[in-house]
Amino acid sequence: MRLYAIAVYLFLYAPIGIIILFSFNAGRHASDFRGFSVKWYGKALDNPFVMDALTTSLTVAFTTAVLASLMGTMAALALQRVQGRLRALYDGVIYIAIMIPGIVIGIATLIALVTAFNFLNPLLASAWPGGKPPRLNMGYASLIGAHTMFTMALVIVIVRTRIAGMDRTLIEASTDLYATPWRTFRQVTLPQIFPAILAGFLLSFTFSFDDFIIAFFVAGSESTLPIYVFSSIRRGVTPEINAIGTMVLGVSLSLLVAAQFLLRMKARQARAAG
Amino acid sequence: MQGKWINRLLLMPATAWFLVMLVLPLVVVAIFSFGERGAAGGYVPAFTLDQYLNLPARFTAFKNTLLLAPAGTLAALLIAYPLAYFLAVRASPKWKTILLVMVIVPFWTSILIRTYAWIFILGGRGIPTLLEFIGIEGVRLINTPFAVLVGIVYGYLPLMVFPIYVSLEKLDKRLLEASADLGSPPLRTFRQVTLPLSIPGIATGCMLVFILLMGEFLIPALLGGGKVFFIGNALVDLFLQSRNWAYGSAVAATLVIIMLVTVTLYMKLVARVGEQREDVSIL
Repeated sequence: MRLYAIAVYLFLYAPIGIIILFSFNAGRHASDFRGFSVKWYGKALDNPFVMDALTTSLTVAFTTAVLASLMGTMAALALQRVQGRLRALYDGVIYIAIMIPGIVIGIATLIALVTAFNFLNPLLASAWPGGKPPRLNMGYASLIGAHTMFTMALVIVIVRTRIAGMDRTLIEASTDLYATPWRTFRQVTLPQIFPAILAGFLLSFTFSFDDFIIAFFVAGSESTLPIYVFSSIRRGVTPEINAIGTMVLGVSLSLLVAAQFLLRMKARQARAAG
Repeated sequence: MQGKWINRLLLMPATAWFLVMLVLPLVVVAIFSFGERGAAGGYVPAFTLDQYLNLPARFTAFKNTLLLAPAGTLAALLIAYPLAYFLAVRASPKWKTILLVMVIVPFWTSILIRTYAWIFILGGRGIPTLLEFIGIEGVRLINTPFAVLVGIVYGYLPLMVFPIYVSLEKLDKRLLEASADLGSPPLRTFRQVTLPLSIPGIATGCMLVFILLMGEFLIPALLGGGKVFFIGNALVDLFLQSRNWAYGSAVAATLVIIMLVTVTLYMKLVARVGEQREDVSIL
């Protein structure tokens, strides 16, 4: 059993190890190792296209995570008190949002928005009072829009699961003790669902940061880091991509450690307060 | 009364977002799938079934997806289950957290980068070169269905391990002890106690992986090298290269319909298995 686990971990980590190893390759060809060097890191960080793509990816991922965890939590809280037809309808929409493949979301968003923009832009131009009218285009907004739609559905599911598993007697006790609904929410419900919200936030951030397929369709003239890497691979494999991959891994790792730390600190506080 | 208003306010942003970014785009795809291709690409309004009748033109993509997506899901399940079991039941509490985090970490790194690593490993200078050392020559791994399958299992393993782990973790360990105390051999305990109780986790894991695989593009694009392509690859081609929006919409709509049907049937099946379990436990 333990041997099996070790083998699976090897399977999971060997490819990542190879990428990290080859990112320090001094040679120009990705697949043959010619001594240790960090020059590809310098190259990657000096590359304005990489930095642009990184900025876009981080901005989009952060905005997506904030919007999705905020709106998703709000919806999850409301949905616990909604019954009947509206509830069934909402469950259906969430189910579809999660089930539809990313590639279909990308395509659908692309053709819907391009069609809408082609219709709206002339209207906007004719209605604009003087000067150059703004043009609606695919870019940041469509990226954030599509990513938020999908991750919001995930947050709703995660937070709702947590609410369902919550100790209801605490809420009843709080109400019996004449706490206002807001106070009950802040002091009883929120601390209990907070780990779920945070998990939803981090999941949303990662999804958006790593997403290639939706972004490939809706990014317009913008380029995210995965889009940059994909087109680089097509042009040929260089150690620079390994360096970028290693850095992305580093960022993700520190985020993950931070999340664990946060979750534990919260748990300890809760225990201390109790 | 007041509560109702608060509820509506809380639901409003999410509802608006879903309407504009999900419902509207999907309606557009449905409408476009009955249209015609414009002379310079794009879409011309029409009402015709031509696009759907033309689907067999992309038969290979459908065939590959419908064979390799279930195969990949099954392979991931077979590899993930023992690990999830180990983590939930056998691993010492001291190591459990770190081991779990280690399953998630690869999932946190871009699937693009991870898949790309396999181009090295399976490519000419990777495993085939190693095999030549021990005398096995002429093995080609990259750009084969096998390479795509390896990429699938590698990419989606964490997604399979996690739900199974969660369902096994919730399992009351005393049940296992009780079963052992009553003289059940370990295999029987597994078959009659552990496995049935982990079905929700298996179902969730399989569904997650299968859904993602149906729309997969990256893994076949990088490891299938244009020889093993999925519906996703056909869609990228149709929308970003030939700009045939009407036909592309019909392919996308068909993909969604196939998925909805399979997943609904699958859920019904899982629910029935669950019911049987309930019956047994009542008896």
